[in-house]
Amino acid sequence: MIYVMLGLILWILGWWVNVRLANGASSESTLVKVAVPAIFGLVIVVVWELMVRGFEVNPVILPAPSAVLERLGQEGPTLWADFRQTVLKGALSGYIVGALAAFIVAVIADRSDFLTRGILPVGSFMAALPIVGTAPILVKWLGSDWESKAAVVAVMVFFPILVNTVAGLKDTNTMQRDLMRTYAAGYWPTLFKLRLPAAMPFIFNGLKIGTTLALIGAIVAEFFGSPTVGMGFRISTSFGQLALDMVWAEIVVAALAGSAFYGMMTLIEKRVTFWHPSQR
Amino acid sequence: MKSVVPVLTVIAAILGFWLLAVVPMNMHLVADQAQRDGMLVEPDTPTARQEVGGIGLAIRNPDLILLTYGFKRPRLPSPQQVAGEMYDTIFAKKVTSKRSLVYHGWVTLAPTLLGFAIGTGLGILLAVGIVYSRVMDRSVMPWAIVSQTIPILALAPMVIVVLGSIGIQGLFPKSLIAAYLSFFPVVVGMVKGLRSPSAMQLDLLRTYNASDTQSFWALRLPASAPYLFASLKIGISASLIGTIVAELPTGARAGFGARMLVGDQYGQPLVSWAALFAAALTAAALVGLFSVIERATLRRMGMGAA
Repeated sequence: MIYVMLGLILWILGWWVNVRLANGASSESTLVKVAVPAIFGLVIVVVWELMVRGFEVNPVILPAPSAVLERLGQEGPTLWADFRQTVLKGALSGYIVGALAAFIVAVIADRSDFLTRGILPVGSFMAALPIVGTAPILVKWLGSDWESKAAVVAVMVFFPILVNTVAGLKDTNTMQRDLMRTYAAGYWPTLFKLRLPAAMPFIFNGLKIGTTLALIGAIVAEFFGSPTVGMGFRISTSFGQLALDMVWAEIVVAALAGSAFYGMMTLIEKRVTFWHPSQR
Repeated sequence: MKSVVPVLTVIAAILGFWLLAVVPMNMHLVADQAQRDGMLVEPDTPTARQEVGGIGLAIRNPDLILLTYGFKRPRLPSPQQVAGEMYDTIFAKKVTSKRSLVYHGWVTLAPTLLGFAIGTGLGILLAVGIVYSRVMDRSVMPWAIVSQTIPILALAPMVIVVLGSIGIQGLFPKSLIAAYLSFFPVVVGMVKGLRSPSAMQLDLLRTYNASDTQSFWALRLPASAPYLFASLKIGISASLIGTIVAELPTGARAGFGARMLVGDQYGQPLVSWAALFAAALTAAALVGLFSVIERATLRRMGMGAA
C-alpha cells in the first residue's frame, strides 16, 4: 500500500513541478522545454514501477520497468543480433529499395501529366490500405530470411513516398519555371536545379512517414516465419515463454530504433531543406 | 472528373502487369501438375524444370499458359480467380456462414469502429486540454509526437494475448488497439486545428468580450474542422490496419486477419487474397465515407473549396 501512496504523491509532486516550470518566468527557455516532458516521462515510469510493486501485478501481465531494464542489460548481445537482423537487414534494405523505386517511378510519371493524374489518386488510395496483410504471402514467396521482410517493407513504404514525391515535383510555380526557361534550361537541368530541390520538403515528408512503416513491416513480417533471430521472432517466442520483460526490452529497442531512424531523417531534412520556411 | 481516364489507365496497367505475372509465377506448379495428369511437358523432370525460369518454361510449353490462370492452388492467383472467390464469399454465401467474408468483415469492422470512436473522442478531449493548458502542452505534446515514430502496431498481437490471459476477450482488446492508433493522429491534428485561428480573429472575439468557452464554440472548434477530418481519415485507416494486424498471428478464428492467415497455412491462397482485397475495399470505403462527410460538412460551413 505504501508504494501506491508513494506513487500518488510522486505523481502530484511531478505535476506540481511541471505546472511551476511551464507557467513560470523562464518557460520559454530550451532547458525548461526539455525538462518538462522529461519529468513527465520519468514520473510515469517511476509511478509504473511503484504501482506494479504496490499492487503486486503478475509479471506475466505487466513487468516492472526495473525488470525490463535488467533484461536490457543482460541480453545486450541478443538484442543487438535481433536489431541487426530486423532493422539493419530487413527494414533498412527494404526502405532503401522501396524509396528508390518510388522515387524513380515518380520522376518517370512526372514527365506525363496524364500519368501523374492517374498515379496520385491510386497511390494515395494504396497508401491507406492494410498492406501489412501481404506479409504472409511475401514470406511464403521469398522464404523466411530477411529478403521477405525487406520486400514487405519496400511495398509498404513505396506508396507514401511515391505520392509525396509526385506531389512535390508539381510544387513549382509558373514564374520559377519561366525563369528556368529564360536560362534556356532543358528538362534535366530544370529537374535537378529547380524541381527536385523544390520537391525535397515533400519527399522528406514521405520518407519520414516511411520510417515507422518500415519498422512495423519488418517486425510484423517476422511473425509469419523467420530464422531464429530478429525482433519480431524474439517478441513472439519470449511471449510464448511468458518472459514479458524480454518482450518489453524489445519494445524499448524498437521504440529507440524508430525514434532514431525518424530523428536521422529529420536531421538530413534540416541539412537539405535549410531554405524552407519551416526550417528557418 | 478529368482524372477518371488516367486513374482507369493506371489501374488497367496494374491489372495487366498482374495478369502477365501470373504465368511465370505459377508455371512450375502447373507444369508439375500437368505432368502428373499425363501431359507432355518440356523439360520432363521437376529438377530440370527448376533450372529454367518461369518465362522460359512458358515459352517451351505454350499450351500450359492458359492453365496457369485457372490453377487451383496458385502462388499468385489471377485477378478473375480472386474476384470469383470474393463474389463467392461475399454474395453467394449466407451472411451467418463461417466462410462468408461479410461475417469476417463485421468481426473486424466492429472493434475498428468502436475503437475509432473511443480514440477520436479521447483524442479531441486531450487536444482541447493541450490547447488550454500550458502544462499539458509542454509535458504531453512531445510524447504524442514521439509516439508516432514508435512501431507500436507491431505489438498489437501481444496486447491481445495479454488482455486475453487476464480474461478480457471479444471486442474490447482489438478496440483498444484501434483506439490507440487513431488517438495520436487526432490529437496532433486537432491541436493544430484548434490553434489555427489567427491572432486577429482571436482578438476580434476578445473585443466582443467573449469568454474562453464562447470563443471555443464560436471560433476554435469550427476552425478545426478541416484538420479534424484530415486526422479522421488517417485515424480510421490506421484503426483498421491495427485491428487486422491484431488478428493476424494471435490464433483469432474470425476476421480479415484470421482469414489471411488461415488461407496461408492451409494452402488456400485464394482465401488469403480474397480477404486481403476485401480488407482493402473496406479501408477504401471507410476513407471514402469520411471524404464524403468532410465535403458535405465543409460545404455547409462555407469552407468547401470544391
